[in-house]
Amino acid sequence: MSDLLALAFTSFLVQNIILNQFLGICSFLGVSNKRDKALGMGLAVFFVITLSGMMTWAIYDFILSPTAFNNNTDLTFMRTIVFILVIAAMVQILEMAIKKFSPGLYSALGVYLPLITTNCAVLGVALLNIQYSFTFVETIVFSAFTSLGYTAVIFTFSFIREQMVKAPIPAGFKGIPVGLVAASIMAFIFKGFAGLI
Amino acid sequence: MADKKVKPKGRKKKRITPKQNLIKGIFKENPTFVLVLGMCPTLGVTTSLENALGMGLSVVFVLILTNGLIASIRNIVPSEIRIPVYIVVIALVVTLIEWMLNAYLPDLYDALGIYLPLIVVNCIILGRAEAYASDNTVFDSIFDGMGMGLGFTLGLSTLAFTRELLGTGSVELLNITIYEASVAASFLVSPPGAFLTLGLLIGIINTVRLDREKKKKAIMDEKIRVALAKKAAKKKALEAQQNQEPTINLKEVAF
Repeated sequence: MSDLLALAFTSFLVQNIILNQFLGICSFLGVSNKRDKALGMGLAVFFVITLSGMMTWAIYDFILSPTAFNNNTDLTFMRTIVFILVIAAMVQILEMAIKKFSPGLYSALGVYLPLITTNCAVLGVALLNIQYSFTFVETIVFSAFTSLGYTAVIFTFSFIREQMVKAPIPAGFKGIPVGLVAASIMAFIFKGFAGLI
Repeated sequence: MADKKVKPKGRKKKRITPKQNLIKGIFKENPTFVLVLGMCPTLGVTTSLENALGMGLSVVFVLILTNGLIASIRNIVPSEIRIPVYIVVIALVVTLIEWMLNAYLPDLYDALGIYLPLIVVNCIILGRAEAYASDNTVFDSIFDGMGMGLGFTLGLSTLAFTRELLGTGSVELLNITIYEASVAASFLVSPPGAFLTLGLLIGIINTVRLDREKKKKAIMDEKIRVALAKKAAKKKALEAQQNQEPTINLKEVAF
């Protein structure tokens, strides 16, 4: 149990997916200029990463891994293609399901769902689950808390971006450059969390 | 007959030469500094110049192949399912390069780690497939891919050079130390340093670009002003000639 707690803390704060692993930077810079946009994207990413993490883990363990069929067929080289297809299909299905069952949620998240297929954080977490050879429970904890870390950082960052619009910034640094500098200060602060564990 | 002759002429005018295509990707539409695409590997692998060059050249290879392949199947693929098809093609090429690096350059394979399979979701590659290769010829697309890939490599190596030089005090390439300094700001090699260096580099490049545009605009404005002044003077002279009498009359009335 304490191991799982440590894993949750590590993936949420210490090894934060944006500020420490550099995954999902495109969406981090792209949709963080408005608060509700950032929250919508963050929640959509949370759903997709958690579900796809579980799914790709199951596919890897039961089909691709050499121990899967007891005949030593090593299909691990197929992981990139299989994972990206699973993620693309899952995003489609999730979009349709949300549209059908919860129109309110769809209008909030719908726009961001198609963008998520090419968010490196999703494929990145799926590949990291395999690389760290997690068990199923660890996979769920890691995927959920990593994506929560994404949501927390992108939401916090959107507050900073909203305030930064009012500041007198030189024309060349407006927008993304000064955003990156602010992200750098955030990364410094998150580095301090390493002392927690 | 006449129609056939006109069409290729119009096409030739629109088409840019391979050299221009290549240079456009490297400078004018540089993916790292101007388009700001593919940020994950840009920040992730630029701790050393060697890794950055390895990543950049892998992307050049992938972009040339995917752009060529996608341009050659662009007329067969129905537009509704083009994105999944593109992604499968890209994943295939990336898997290929993963094998090659694993077999021939295992050190680089280990250093790039998770960022290598993540080339699949690099926005530059899908972006180029969608924006360029899906409606251009194979030949043009290959040059576009090469230009964009080299632009990306240039961006990565500039960032990596800065970070490695200022962060460790020396730059190493293929076991040859290019430069060695006695002091170092080691935080530049860590994650916060990546954000800071990239932010400052993009900012500086933007400032220089804006400055240059301003100067260009100032020169253009000056030319326009001179031309307008000439025109106005001409007009005035003409008007003065025509309205000489009425103006004198008006003045007399005013007195």
